[in-house]
Amino acid sequence: MSRSTGTTVTRVIGISAALLLAWVVVSAFFVTPADAQQGDAVRIMYAHVPAAWVAYLAFVTTAIASGFSLARRHRTLGFDRVAGASAETGVLFMGLALVTGSLWGRLTWGTFWQWDPRLTTTLFLFVTYVGYLAVRNIDSDPQRRAKRSAVLALLAVLEIPLVHFSVVLWRSLHQEASVLNPDGDVRLDGSMLFTLFSGVVAFTLVFVWLVIHRQRLSTLQDLQQGAGLDAAIAARRNEVSTRSVGGA
Amino acid sequence: MRQAFAVARKDLLIEIRARLLLVRVAPFALLVLVLFAVALDSEPLILRAAAGLVWLTMLFSVLLLVQRAYDVETEDDALEMLLTSTVEPTQLFFGKLLAAFVQLLVLSVLLVCGAVVLYGATVTAGHLVLLVTTVSCAAWGLASVGTLYGAVVANMNGRDSLLALLALPVLAPVLIGASRATEAAFGSQTIDTASGWAWVALLAVFALVFSAAGAAAFGALMEPEA
Repeated sequence: MSRSTGTTVTRVIGISAALLLAWVVVSAFFVTPADAQQGDAVRIMYAHVPAAWVAYLAFVTTAIASGFSLARRHRTLGFDRVAGASAETGVLFMGLALVTGSLWGRLTWGTFWQWDPRLTTTLFLFVTYVGYLAVRNIDSDPQRRAKRSAVLALLAVLEIPLVHFSVVLWRSLHQEASVLNPDGDVRLDGSMLFTLFSGVVAFTLVFVWLVIHRQRLSTLQDLQQGAGLDAAIAARRNEVSTRSVGGA
Repeated sequence: MRQAFAVARKDLLIEIRARLLLVRVAPFALLVLVLFAVALDSEPLILRAAAGLVWLTMLFSVLLLVQRAYDVETEDDALEMLLTSTVEPTQLFFGKLLAAFVQLLVLSVLLVCGAVVLYGATVTAGHLVLLVTTVSCAAWGLASVGTLYGAVVANMNGRDSLLALLALPVLAPVLIGASRATEAAFGSQTIDTASGWAWVALLAVFALVFSAAGAAAFGALMEPEA
């Protein structure tokens, strides 16, 4: 067994992600212009939008992998590990999106948080997947864990539209927030659009790289646990057989 | 449906004999109502928040009820026995849902009375239909989510805190919808009866979706280990 979870494919993905990220940093700070209204604050966008995009991509991946894991009789654990790895990465990026978003909000709207439907739904989604990870982290038989977490991930797909719809309805009955409109118009010129797009690609590559590694790592973890159990059973068998020999 | 009623009857009988709702959950819920009033410390504010506080208290109480409902099943492997005696998982789900629903109805009557007495909320005869429909739809939604997520965490270590973490975000639409509809039923100035009924529609959709999801998921959750 190799000592690393890296292969040629992951190295290629990792290196291109690193190069692209470096370009995004340079471009975001030095190439793109400041916004006419928001000034330099607009540069947060190059981290915020890709992070939010990756978070949603991760949760869609989790849902699809969970569906496969529940529907198929074979290789369920493989799909389950992909679902788990993707959810873990998704929570990380969603946390990033929430933090960068509230910093950006402080600069442009004057408040860290607004009870805007999109923000509120994202927050609920974040908490939901934190709960999902908490269930995954509890020690139990891998098959059982796979089934439970697949059910949870699919329920989350049901939950999110309902939460979103109810929050939209809730906000529409209230008076409009008096602070700046959340959809603060940012006019994107060519270099800004290109940097944003590079950011999305770079973050997606980082996501793929992390998920592949994390999924391989949990395969190794499961193997190691299985090996530990086998060793314990063998030791116990030995003990019993020596004792029965001694007794006879 | 016969099996579902049998399961519900069993759960309610256990409940009546053990009187957990009466001696633990109901006093807890009333205590929370009192504590909210103390924390807010302003009568107009309390009256404005009354509906929301009632439903927040219901949310906390669901967690207690559901834990109890599954502790009864996991002790002595009662759940395995039930499944071995050819009770369909779907029927089991609806049975436990029904039992939780009945208990939640009792509790909500108590809490609405609490809001009337402690917070000075008023319910006119004209708003009674809206209030009863709201309470029924919301209690059904709470019971279905509680029963479903209770089954997900049953038999796990640290299931108490886990249930809260998993179920509360899912229940957010119920909290929002039931609070607004109850506010309308309490005759609030900010929300009229028509939008109250719109919220009831949301609650009904929520209850239907999660009943169906629970019925579908229970088979997978209750499947014996390979």
